[in-house]
Amino acid sequence: MIRVNQQTNHVSLVDSRPKSKSRHNNLHMEATTSKAVRSVSGITVRLAGDSGDGMQLLGTQLTNTSALAGNDVATFPDFPAEIRAPRGTRAGVSGFQVQFASEEIFTPGDVLDALVVMNPAAMVTNLGDLRKGGILIANEDGFNEKEFKLAKVESNPLDANVIEETYRLIKVPMTQLTRDAVSEFGLGVKIADRCKNFFAMGLVYWLFGRSLDPTLRFIRDKFGKKPEVAAANEAALRAGWAYGETTEAFGESYQVEAAELTPGTYRNIMGNQALAWGLITASQLSEKDLFYGTYPITPASDILHELTKYKNFGVRTFQAEDEIAAVCSTIGAAFGGGMAVTASSGPGIALKAEAMGLGMILELPMIIINVQRGGPSTGLPTKTEQSDLLQAMFGRNGESPIPVLAPQSPGDCFDVAIEAWRIATECMVPVMILSDGYIANGSEPWKIPSFDKLPKIEIRHPEGTDPEEPFLPYARDENLARPWAIPGTPGLMHRVGGLEKEDGTGNVSYDPANHQHMTDTRSNKVTKIAERIPEQEVFGDQTGDLLLVSWGGTYGACHTAVKRCRDQGHAVSHLHLRYINPMPANIGQLLSNFKKVAVAELNQGQLRMLLRSKFLVDCQGINKVQGKPFTVSELTESIDQLL
Amino acid sequence: MTLPVLKASDFASDQDVRWCPGCGDYSILAQMKKVLPDLGVPREKTVFISGIGCSSRFPYYMNTYGMHSIHGRAPAFATGLKSTRPDLMVWVITGDGDALSIGGNHFIHVLRRNLDINIVLFNNRIYGLTKGQYSPTSVEGQVTKSTPMGSIDHPLQPLSVALAAEATFVARSLDAHVKHLGETLKRAAEHKGTSLVEVYQNCNVFNDGAMAYAQEKKQRAENVIELENGKPLTFANGTKGIRLVGTHLEVVETSDVPADDLLIHDETDPNPSIQMMLARMSYPTMPEPIGVLRAVGGIPTYDDQINQQVESATEKKGRGDLNQLFNAGDTWSVQ
Repeated sequence: MIRVNQQTNHVSLVDSRPKSKSRHNNLHMEATTSKAVRSVSGITVRLAGDSGDGMQLLGTQLTNTSALAGNDVATFPDFPAEIRAPRGTRAGVSGFQVQFASEEIFTPGDVLDALVVMNPAAMVTNLGDLRKGGILIANEDGFNEKEFKLAKVESNPLDANVIEETYRLIKVPMTQLTRDAVSEFGLGVKIADRCKNFFAMGLVYWLFGRSLDPTLRFIRDKFGKKPEVAAANEAALRAGWAYGETTEAFGESYQVEAAELTPGTYRNIMGNQALAWGLITASQLSEKDLFYGTYPITPASDILHELTKYKNFGVRTFQAEDEIAAVCSTIGAAFGGGMAVTASSGPGIALKAEAMGLGMILELPMIIINVQRGGPSTGLPTKTEQSDLLQAMFGRNGESPIPVLAPQSPGDCFDVAIEAWRIATECMVPVMILSDGYIANGSEPWKIPSFDKLPKIEIRHPEGTDPEEPFLPYARDENLARPWAIPGTPGLMHRVGGLEKEDGTGNVSYDPANHQHMTDTRSNKVTKIAERIPEQEVFGDQTGDLLLVSWGGTYGACHTAVKRCRDQGHAVSHLHLRYINPMPANIGQLLSNFKKVAVAELNQGQLRMLLRSKFLVDCQGINKVQGKPFTVSELTESIDQLL
Repeated sequence: MTLPVLKASDFASDQDVRWCPGCGDYSILAQMKKVLPDLGVPREKTVFISGIGCSSRFPYYMNTYGMHSIHGRAPAFATGLKSTRPDLMVWVITGDGDALSIGGNHFIHVLRRNLDINIVLFNNRIYGLTKGQYSPTSVEGQVTKSTPMGSIDHPLQPLSVALAAEATFVARSLDAHVKHLGETLKRAAEHKGTSLVEVYQNCNVFNDGAMAYAQEKKQRAENVIELENGKPLTFANGTKGIRLVGTHLEVVETSDVPADDLLIHDETDPNPSIQMMLARMSYPTMPEPIGVLRAVGGIPTYDDQINQQVESATEKKGRGDLNQLFNAGDTWSVQ
């Protein structure tokens, strides 16, 4: 059982020594504060307001600006499933959390150093995560009787004595100040009020010493066609900054120096974006046009939105009539020799199951992406979970194993997409990628690769040569892969189908021994992949008291937790799986090197079940199913209990 | 260079055909093999995709590329294939259960998209492969294994469904009328856009004679009307015809009415309303139409358009450069 303790293990907002600054970009602070600046190693801030308040935009801008300032960043957007949930209610609160730091970080942070709230609902639903002594910035104008009713609070929560005693409360009449700042542009009140997130942004930028330039550029690009709106947003942003500089409420601002990252050129990237780019890259590396058949579903739809922009990369996207048509169109494209990909989330993957089984028995290469969300059924569409692992492994009728890969961070989605296509084509098999809502919408700095240095993916299609030699569509190579003969090739006409096939010829066969042989072959083909994937690495020592095992999007929290435990002198190591099926060949050995094995995952113990059955190791579970990622402190506490 | 001349037998695969003796499917298979050589498309450029059901074994018997897929989804497989390989001639083979029950969704969507493929729907008004349950086209009151007291389902009319989806080519033929069947398949193949051919197909094991009123030569003249574009609608050896009265069709004796009172068939009318009236004519109150109800040309196909968008995007922006994409927007360097 996870208990959340908000007072422990916090590292941010402590003084740090200045680090050598080796960052080069063409940005400059166009405004410089005259107040005191305190240098800190990292800050975790959450921006919370109504769904329509523009908090996601504010968060994205703060993230990009911080990344451009050379900080390491990690983000956690958290928003309701309803597009316009009832205004002012707790259900309608939308939040964006970002941690930026001068050291390498792997999570968006456990507890908040600063919280910005635009209304009472945002305050009461988020205050619990703000650390004692943390900064609470409230839009005073959003706190009135009407809003109290909507948020179901009896009186003004800002007035409670405990608030002033516990936090550094700064009340700002943002709505009024924004109206004043933009009055000269003659906008209606409704449009003027929409600028207040930029006012809040300006204030936050002042507080954390961020440059206004990237956001000013953004405003000019985004609202270029409506110059008065652009000017108003810019005025609101500058007014927010100036407010921080002039009000006596803020005595000092904070500075987070650039982090020491591996040399290279970086950009900020989100998980779904990285997946889309990885797919396009894989298509170019294999000289295959990409066909993406899909049906809209949260949180996978952004991959479609991203891919469909790149038709000039030979990308064809097909928005099908349903999830089943989406995966079937993908199999059709694979049969034709294309790079075929479909994506969905849990409920959609359930619908695709029968067709995935067909893809598996046809032995055609394709990629199936599951951006997992809270389940079961419709579940929690906008929240994260890892509860589709066993569905990925076994969620098809019959003996139907397919390779399963899981990216560990937003940037890793890029590499996993390429690796999935390499495996799919080398072994002629559908490959499942298990992403999740947390890394799909989260972002991090990504070291930009050079396309020309990425290894090519070689694909061979057989040519019809000797007309006397009968073509065997289910002959095998050293990987147990069959030839990918595509329509249009003379002499290789053949039929494939969902009925069991005779070895070699592929003709329909009900022969018992043949079925055994074909079932074993399809299974061995997947098992053999373990011979060609890298050995599993462990963070920490190769032996010890406890090995924490994790997979997928929980990498950052688990890595940070193990690092902290090791800093405290515990003999704890971390094993993070990216290859789930098959697992790297040395996993069994590694598990046996430790006195205890604990498996942390956002489900009720699915990887643990696999490890126990495969290796007969008594794993302990650290499990959470709350629609939220692990916090580091939850993990360190659980590890402490197990030691 | 001269192309090899193919014969019907060149399209036969080496697999034994396993339909029941006397099944109407044999006739459709034979006509398909006969028609394909006339179309001039090489065997390796021809693909048959089917779903599940008796009819869906069809691809195994053709010496072309083929896929026996899953129940009801053949149009979706065809969409992925044809969108990425417009050079191929793609046929979908389906049945009344496959296309209209489990696959109803894909059926209407492929028709409205006008993907350039040909769909042959074998309609025997029964589930054959699962041994005799009623299908979405079984008549009301039909007693089957799953409806011992008679079916209470109102049947679906495949041609009406297709016309409602504004399919660009809609036709019907009979397994027993081989000449008509061959000609109809050929016209379907020649149409650019989705072609639907419903074939009345006799299941001599589970629903024998269900469409005998149309299939049997003796009864056919009275119960079937062969559509010909631009010609008046007549049947019963020219003694009867169809007249449009208000929004209804009625049967008249041709001797009783002036010749120009009869409805002239226009398969090219983009408005499907009158074609829909024809589709709704059903035995025993009306003769049932066979032939091409609708053939509207010049409508863009899905596969053409998806590829045109790729071409025009490439023309406009140039072929995509990944290094440019990665480095576009805000970046920073660490040294």
